[in-house]
Amino acid sequence: MAKIRGAVVVNTERCKGCNLCVVACPTQVLELHPREVNDKGYHYVYMKQPDACIGCASCGYVCPDGCLTIYKAKI
Amino acid sequence: METIEKTDLSQIIKPENLVYAKPELMNDNPMHYCPGCSHGVIHKLIAEVVEEMGMAEKTIGVSPVGCAVFAYNYLDIDWEEAAHGRAPAVATGIKRLNKDKMVFTYQGDGDLAAIGTAETIHAANRGENIVIIFVNNAIYGMTGGQMSPTTLEGMKTSTCPHGRDIELNGYPLKISDLLALLDGTCLVTRQSVHTPSAVKKAKRTLRKAFENSMAGKGTSVVEFVSTCSSGWKQTPEQSNNWMVEHVFPSYPLGDLKNID
Repeated sequence: MAKIRGAVVVNTERCKGCNLCVVACPTQVLELHPREVNDKGYHYVYMKQPDACIGCASCGYVCPDGCLTIYKAKI
Repeated sequence: METIEKTDLSQIIKPENLVYAKPELMNDNPMHYCPGCSHGVIHKLIAEVVEEMGMAEKTIGVSPVGCAVFAYNYLDIDWEEAAHGRAPAVATGIKRLNKDKMVFTYQGDGDLAAIGTAETIHAANRGENIVIIFVNNAIYGMTGGQMSPTTLEGMKTSTCPHGRDIELNGYPLKISDLLALLDGTCLVTRQSVHTPSAVKKAKRTLRKAFENSMAGKGTSVVEFVSTCSSGWKQTPEQSNNWMVEHVFPSYPLGDLKNID
């Protein structure tokens, strides 16, 4: 059966690690990286569970810095 | 397992599958706002609405004094910088001379409701065909979190560390309710950007406001109840929750006036 799958591409240098996308995600896909930081020293967000992403773009809507690009496809 | 996930993602990440991306009008300059600041989302909404209306070459923004003073660095439209609080007066001049341009002001509560009260009220009362975007976070964010006219009763800031005292400082100023009483305004609304659904709703309202200004219906005021996580001394997530719990009862969301 075809399944809706999504993917989030993070502009890691632009991300400020505010955590708002993590809270907004209905399927708990995202998490702030526990170790890695970007040039400014922020723990940027990454897809912890890529399989759970449905491509709803909730994270993108609430991101204050526009660092998230969301794709959605039927696979 | 790892390899399957990787191939899956590359199957999804294709231009034709794009659902959401940063609007093109918002450039790549890193924004100086604190992490989780509502300004970023509101900037993004303006960029999206202007882009969708195809008015990128005809839009002039007037930026305030406050955190959003550098808004011209982030949105690739024409900007004019106004003296503290005088954005509606500057926007009046721009709009009267350039009737085909879409003119908006972008102001915080310290700018619009304190030093610029007179300009705001009179521009709205004259029914100038501009959009006033009012970002209300109940605090002076840029200068270090001092009390502003819209600070809630009992709310702690750096200039009222024991909470705002009504006897000493007066009541929180509900400037949007005041503006809704004036005959010059056609749309006065209060929105927020704390959840995805609120963001979508705010975008629709913002578009209506810009369309009103081009249709010559009068002044549109869009108030965004927003957070200031550094001024409120909370994480962005906590400040969103605090806003829902404490700020929304005083500044309830919804249209205060909407004349079609």
